[in-house]
Amino acid sequence: MGVILLNEDESNIRSLTLNRPLASIPIFARYRVIDFILSNMVNSGITNVGIFVKTNSRSLVDHIGSGKPWDLNRKIDGLFIFNYTLKQLVQEDINSFKYNMEYFFRSKKEKVVLSRSRMICNIDLEKIAMEHEKSGADVTIVYKKVENSDMFLSCDVLNIKDGKVISVGKNLGMGEKINVSMEIFFMSKEFLIQAIYKCIQEGNCSSVIDYVYRHVRDHDVRAYEFDGYLGCINSIASYYKVSMDFLDQDIMKELCSKNGYIYTKSYDSPPTKYLNGSLVTNSVIANGSIIKGLVSNSIIGRRVIIEEGAEVINSIIFSRCIIGKNVKLKNVIIDKNTIIEEDKVLIGDDKYPIVIEKGSRIYL
Amino acid sequence: MRKKEIIAMILAGGQGTRLKALTKNNAKPAVPFGGKYRIIDFVLSNCANSSIDTVGVLTQYQPLILNAHIGIGMTWDLDRKFGGVRILPPYQHEAGGNWYKGTADAIYQNINYIDYYNPEYVLILSGDHIYKMDYNPMLEYHKEKKADCTIAVIEVPMEEASRFGIMNTHEDGRIYEFEEKPKKPKSNLASMGIYIFNWNKLKHFLKEDQKDPTSSNDFGKNIIPKMLQAGAKLYAYRFYGYWKDVGTVESYWEANMDLLKEDCPIDLYESVNKIYAFDYSLPPQYIGPEASVKNSMIVDGCIIYGEVENSVISRGVYIGKNAKVKDSVILPNVRIEDGAVVIKSVVGNGVRIREGIRVGDGSEIVLIPENKDVKENIIKG
Repeated sequence: MGVILLNEDESNIRSLTLNRPLASIPIFARYRVIDFILSNMVNSGITNVGIFVKTNSRSLVDHIGSGKPWDLNRKIDGLFIFNYTLKQLVQEDINSFKYNMEYFFRSKKEKVVLSRSRMICNIDLEKIAMEHEKSGADVTIVYKKVENSDMFLSCDVLNIKDGKVISVGKNLGMGEKINVSMEIFFMSKEFLIQAIYKCIQEGNCSSVIDYVYRHVRDHDVRAYEFDGYLGCINSIASYYKVSMDFLDQDIMKELCSKNGYIYTKSYDSPPTKYLNGSLVTNSVIANGSIIKGLVSNSIIGRRVIIEEGAEVINSIIFSRCIIGKNVKLKNVIIDKNTIIEEDKVLIGDDKYPIVIEKGSRIYL
Repeated sequence: MRKKEIIAMILAGGQGTRLKALTKNNAKPAVPFGGKYRIIDFVLSNCANSSIDTVGVLTQYQPLILNAHIGIGMTWDLDRKFGGVRILPPYQHEAGGNWYKGTADAIYQNINYIDYYNPEYVLILSGDHIYKMDYNPMLEYHKEKKADCTIAVIEVPMEEASRFGIMNTHEDGRIYEFEEKPKKPKSNLASMGIYIFNWNKLKHFLKEDQKDPTSSNDFGKNIIPKMLQAGAKLYAYRFYGYWKDVGTVESYWEANMDLLKEDCPIDLYESVNKIYAFDYSLPPQYIGPEASVKNSMIVDGCIIYGEVENSVISRGVYIGKNAKVKDSVILPNVRIEDGAVVIKSVVGNGVRIREGIRVGDGSEIVLIPENKDVKENIIKG
């Protein structure tokens, strides 16, 4: 069974999480962040997924619905969404587990993949599960060796010796090579249940992930190295960097189809229309848009209208935005349903883009 | 027993021989259209958008892709407990069985299906027309006129009227004569192949028609004339909007090109009354650094490095560097390699056009059959 924990740190990505959890931030024109881990699980043969959500879940629940796009609308197994209740503290997943223990007892599945949503990758979990089984470890944690540690700020870092995790720290972005934890854990259901009980009874840990990290020496905790593309969505800067990486065709192909397609909710948008006078280069565009202006090195969501004379450069436009005539945008992220009126000019920094919040209207 | 006021029956069994290679392994209603649709999506979406939740689809010719596409009707919200979409192929019964001989015979053989829902009215539709229509005003009109049958009609240019089934009507819309492809048309009101019948009346005439061994069991040729003869009340309902029968390669190409017009006659971009299509979960479209796309439609899963002008590009199409596609309709999963030139062509599913090859010269439409590996220039269709 798959378990996805969504009590993720949103403190550096506030402007995109005002109305939604991190997991349902739109990404790569037609997806949401959670589509990646959820599709990875489904493509790896997992048919039972429990999602533990936190506050502001409207957007997420709307997106996931009954789990149809992932074939998780099942009678046997399928999708389970565990809503946040007032009995829980937001950061403490242990309570979410405590009130929903029945889920674990009722399922016939014996093995668990526990994950968060913010690590963007296309990964074959089945292969790792086999390795995990063969090794006889209590827990296997997936990690990636990265050099651009500034893109994984405050992520967990594994210290590994002979394939075993000996301690876990936090990344401060000092620039050296680090082993970033991808926050994907393989364990038996039995181990997870015991861990939850110990957390509650001993009171030392408020989260199962925390428990595993603190007790790496008490159990057999091993590491599995992932060698594909990895992006972490935990700040505006990293969101922007990962999005721009997607314009690279090799990365796009890997992320969207390496180990199976990434599924997402369908909006039945018509094809995108490019009118005479449009000029689009090196850009990724979703269905349903109407483009009359210039678009370069950008990512355009569904049903976006880009009027004549507008220039959209190095920018990310979420769905249903209208970019007015002669507007100039550079290094900008524009959240859903925003209208930028004629002649407006918005220019951000190439590392720290301007973010325009959902539903804004930018006049002269 | 629960009862439906109206149910729809979609005729989707025709071979569509005039679409040539496009319907070699595929029924005409399932031919891809407009980048992300199949032809039948329009009529199924019209049903969904008109709140008609019970739809029978009559299939006969090459139904594999069509059946897979319709599935349980999820795409059109037609996966229902009572009602929903049902695929109705010809079948064997006690006394043997027959292929559907004509459009009316197809309905006749499924009287049981319709009776199960016990509807007041039956809406007969064609699975191969491109149009957006709300059937409710037509039903209101039918009730208001206390008609036995209402036929949707559209004005066509007088000089083209002899290509259609023409309705001659009195001033109040009552039909007094139906002429199939008349040499000297008296009116320019063409039948759109959309009929609303009172089910009891239709059932009676279907049974009568079956008794006539010379009948070809067709709505236009037999049922409508017989109803007129018997003095039934038939009314014409005027439809104002875009409607196209994509019966030939030319009209198929034209209908695709119509979507590219600045004031596109059929609005796909409304956020209500959408045309729903199967979702293939493909990545978004990518337009490369040296690409040029003008007056074209492109969908998810396409990768464009070359030049595209006045064209409709379907899902999963790859267009290489310095390749040029102009005035063309490219069906799904086509690969047009570097430097190839495609002009005024309809390129079938899965075709590969090799590097530097030329297809079409703009004089007539060139049709490339599906899965063809094009290694030599093809200038004429």
